[in-house]
Amino acid sequence: MTTRHAHAAEPDRRRPRPWGDPLFRGLTAAAAVLFLALAAAILLELVNGSTLSLAKFGPSFLWSSAWNPVTGDFGALSSIAGTLITTAIAMALAVPMSLVIALFLVELAPPAVSKPVGAAIELLAAVPSIIYGMWGLFVFVPFMSDHVQPFLSAHLGFLPLFKGPPMGIGLLTAGIILALMILPFITSVMRDVLRMVPPVVKEAGYGMGSTVWEVARKVTVRYGVRGMVGACLLGLGRAVGETMAVTFVIGNNHRVGTSLFDAGNSIASALANEFAEAADPLYLSALVELGLVLFLMTFAIQGLTHVWIRHLERSAGRGL
Amino acid sequence: MNATSPKSPLSPPPAAPRPRVADRPDDADTSAPPKISVRGLDFFYGKQQALFGNDLDIAERRVTAVIGPSGCGKSTHLRVYNRIYQLYRDQRAQGEVLLDGENLLSPTTDLIELRRKVGMIFQKPTPFPMSVYENVAYGLKLHYRLSKGELAEAVERALRSAALWGEVKDALDRPGTALSGGQQQRLCIARAIAVRPEVLLMDEPTSAIDPVATAKIEDLIEELKREFTIVIVTHNMQQAARISDYTVFFFEGRIVEFGATRQIFTKPVHRQTEDYITGRFG
Repeated sequence: MTTRHAHAAEPDRRRPRPWGDPLFRGLTAAAAVLFLALAAAILLELVNGSTLSLAKFGPSFLWSSAWNPVTGDFGALSSIAGTLITTAIAMALAVPMSLVIALFLVELAPPAVSKPVGAAIELLAAVPSIIYGMWGLFVFVPFMSDHVQPFLSAHLGFLPLFKGPPMGIGLLTAGIILALMILPFITSVMRDVLRMVPPVVKEAGYGMGSTVWEVARKVTVRYGVRGMVGACLLGLGRAVGETMAVTFVIGNNHRVGTSLFDAGNSIASALANEFAEAADPLYLSALVELGLVLFLMTFAIQGLTHVWIRHLERSAGRGL
Repeated sequence: MNATSPKSPLSPPPAAPRPRVADRPDDADTSAPPKISVRGLDFFYGKQQALFGNDLDIAERRVTAVIGPSGCGKSTHLRVYNRIYQLYRDQRAQGEVLLDGENLLSPTTDLIELRRKVGMIFQKPTPFPMSVYENVAYGLKLHYRLSKGELAEAVERALRSAALWGEVKDALDRPGTALSGGQQQRLCIARAIAVRPEVLLMDEPTSAIDPVATAKIEDLIEELKREFTIVIVTHNMQQAARISDYTVFFFEGRIVEFGATRQIFTKPVHRQTEDYITGRFG
């Protein structure tokens, strides 16, 4: 070790750590794989828990409207329909409004307005859903039965959709509450997406002699279309699976009706309401199968949206 | 602003009238009315003043180059001509900028018509997120009522004028963003000239583009000045010397010197101008 003495001035070297990177890679990979494993485990457990019901009803579970714990006859139709209808109402109301609000906040509002409104939106996005449910039941349901539903019956009553007694609760009310709930959520993500559009692209739009609306519609929104769809997906995910807010106002009735005023139920609300009282193994198994359906629905929505985004991006070149 | 109806994009470009200024800018005929005259222009970013009493005349159908060190106010000055600065709340201009004798800083100016007349090309190419065809059709659809066939013709003419038609005629459906940088910039030029503007503002249009593509754009500018009044901000001294008829030298928000390009580059009057163009600072 004479060389060591010869280079006495050189400071002590740390030894190479060949295990550093592999260890780090292993840890991060394990954390990532955990998600996959978790999803698989949930799926497995749901299938496992619903064996009884799967065996008894088969695929007809999906389109049977029966729900009779006494005779042990179960079907998911009313819950699936309720989930889809309330979600559709929520999205139809919330998405356009979110877009308009986000455009206003980013493109038009002076900071004195956009800052406090933005803060309020973030705050609303963070309010727990049970608060929406309670507010919905105590404030919004009476408002619906006193004003909105009579108005709709009077003017659109010729449609079966708006027939029936104005009880306040029901699918329409649940959809509107969901819309209010996901509105701040979608708005705040859309606002962030719009803010990310480079100013020079907007300048180029205005530089062509466009109005604010034209730049927003033809340039800004298209530029951020991926993020916008992502924002809607987040809202959709919340709406599909929302439990508390819906349970409070939907009426919890396993009947398939034709009116939006009818009391109905969604998958999540049925689960929340009935799990505690499901003593019979078949009843419990049917509820677990409802959960399985919800799980697969969410999965399908995600998948379809991905396909749709890819299609959008491929055709972004073609004139829409 | 005068609400004269815009020229139809279908009529062929008018034969260039006899230039109102002499062909050799060195002995420019100063009696011809300028396309744009700037008088006492001050500009503010909030409380910070960026331009101080700028006076400038821009000759019609000529290329005027704006040079000066970074942060001297070149771009700021240019951005007054189409009032694009107004997108930002704290920016403010004072003074007069006359376009064909009318003050475009007046609060009654129709900004949409102003921006049709005064097109802008930016430092970075700014294709919109749509197809090549849709990019060029964008402004045409905003400002004119055209049938499908007329639109297609106008798009083709604009792309030809921007020397891009040959390269994209089979790729009109592709996204504008899929073109190369130089092609994107010519696409933006096509988009701007499609609406038949009178003035083209170019804010360092070649600074993000390779030398070959730059040469193409310089040739294009040479062509375009037959029809348009061009004001170009550039950091590239050779470029200013190559393509411009007049040169303005900015320093710290003031116009130090303005004259025929040949004169500015061969016998500048001011010491600062000489120092800058010979590369002693900036």
